[in-house]
Amino acid sequence: MPPPVSQTTPALQIVGETLMIMHARMRPAILTVLFIFLLSTILLSLGLGAVTVAPLDTLAALGNMLGLTEAPGEVQVIIEQIRLPRTLMGLLVGVTLALTGAVMQGLFRNPLADPSLIGVSSGAALGAAVVIVLGGWLFSAMPDALLPYATVIGAFGGGVVTTLLVYRLGQTAQGTSVASMLLAGIAIAAISGALIGLLGYLADDRMLRTLTFWNMGSLGSASYPRVLALALCCALICWRLPRQARALNALLLGESEARHLGVDVERVKRELILLTALGVGACVAVAGLIGFVGLVVPHLIRLMLGVDHRLVLPGSMLLGGGLLLLADVVARLVIAPAELPIGILTALLGAPFFLILLLRSQRRGW
Amino acid sequence: MLAVRGLSCARGGCQVVAGIDFRLQAGEVLAVLGTNGAGKSTLLATLSGELPRAAGDILLADRPLESWAANQRAQRLAVLPQASSLAFAFSVEEVVLLGRLPHASGRDEDARIAAEVMHAADITHLRQRSYLALSGGERQRVHLARVLAQIWSNAEPACLLLDEPTASLDLAHQRLILQQARELAGRGNAVLLVLHDLNLAARYADRLLLLDRGGVSAVGTPWDVLKAERISQVFGVEVQVAPHPQLDCPLIIS
Repeated sequence: MPPPVSQTTPALQIVGETLMIMHARMRPAILTVLFIFLLSTILLSLGLGAVTVAPLDTLAALGNMLGLTEAPGEVQVIIEQIRLPRTLMGLLVGVTLALTGAVMQGLFRNPLADPSLIGVSSGAALGAAVVIVLGGWLFSAMPDALLPYATVIGAFGGGVVTTLLVYRLGQTAQGTSVASMLLAGIAIAAISGALIGLLGYLADDRMLRTLTFWNMGSLGSASYPRVLALALCCALICWRLPRQARALNALLLGESEARHLGVDVERVKRELILLTALGVGACVAVAGLIGFVGLVVPHLIRLMLGVDHRLVLPGSMLLGGGLLLLADVVARLVIAPAELPIGILTALLGAPFFLILLLRSQRRGW
Repeated sequence: MLAVRGLSCARGGCQVVAGIDFRLQAGEVLAVLGTNGAGKSTLLATLSGELPRAAGDILLADRPLESWAANQRAQRLAVLPQASSLAFAFSVEEVVLLGRLPHASGRDEDARIAAEVMHAADITHLRQRSYLALSGGERQRVHLARVLAQIWSNAEPACLLLDEPTASLDLAHQRLILQQARELAGRGNAVLLVLHDLNLAARYADRLLLLDRGGVSAVGTPWDVLKAERISQVFGVEVQVAPHPQLDCPLIIS
């Protein structure tokens, strides 16, 4: 072996490297903290609102549902009928949006990709709106119980079409161009907005209310059938996506590099696009447009855990669920007894964050 | 290790090179030379399966290239592209470990191999640094270590394709990298690399493949291929070829 060309190591660099090594050792601890954070936000979300329920009463009410403990009747009703479906929905939406955001950034090889920014959410909303307004006309005999599922399928269709469209439009040899990706997102959001507006003229009052609620996502409509529809999609996504973590790592190098590393790129890409569209579609169908979760959460996780998808994906799931529940608690409390749509809150917090990232990326030249 | 028969390569529906025949033996370093646009990178992309063949056959270890399963092939054929576009802050070690993706050799073995190839590419001191903080030459060495890791301790001989591995390297590291290519070949692997520097090619390659105007101008040992007349014909530059004062290879003086 030839002697390596020696180089001196500046002191500052040694400090930096020590920090990174410590960083690597702290990863299990960080994941544990994230898990505890998620559990506490679940308890907060169950306990806080117009009526405050103490954590022990909350646990008692949950135990009662399983037939283990006793709880006062009114507490039981609040937890079981109102808070639990809402908390579950917030949890599932947060987990799914953060996970799909992280995957999409890997797929597009661009840390600024986010379902809401590149138009996938808008496309999914259009798909869902078509089902809600025209569904009764297209399938006259559709029972109401199937509506959540039909809406999810419509949103999924809209999501797949837009993801493919944006992917095609933004693809260059150097990864995905931010400019074309965002411009495609603007165009798709405009088209979807216009078409949803158009559908508004065909809609009756009940549909109209559902349509407006999309423009500012909310967990207010949580119900067990919706939670179930979302849970089925979320389970599939949380099972399949983390299995592609290593392939996603390789994809970050570039598609041909990933192919040379033995990744079946076309198959992996197809699976990732379908699953992210399903996840975004399901979230949009039940909770409307909740933006920036998929952008902010994976970014924070990369700062904490590094960019390896084997850590980023589980980390994003934990932090995404926790942050969305926290945001929902704030949305419920800040103008109580009324409540703020959570989409407004995530946009208020997420959009400036995105601007900062965009400025930084211009300097680095993505 | 790699046999090419009557190969034609096309890019974007346009034929770039045709009629390529050569055999790359295990233990051999073959350098591909030619002017800009002679089709060197297209040939490499076709050999790596990235571009479809227009005509001809490519055999990797006596089996047609396209009959290999993706993962199996990655264990026997590693490719270093000219430039990579990684925009995420992996640490250097993490990038190198990506090269172990096709193998299920376990974490300890992977860490041992990563340490060895990082030493070989002289990036051990950068191990914990963010990839994004590196210079062009350092990045190139990181990717070289990554493809070395891919075939480092194989039981079966492997084939390594390098597209201008010395492009952004300083003099010392150019030599280091080519020396590594030689050692890899010395352990029974086959190395094919695209080079621009005729003297580096003459010094480190066993055989040269000179491409010119969509075809093969010459294949053979450096002494056979690097004739003054042929070089001036292909590259359009008058040169003199003399024996290297210390080594047994030609020295091109332009």
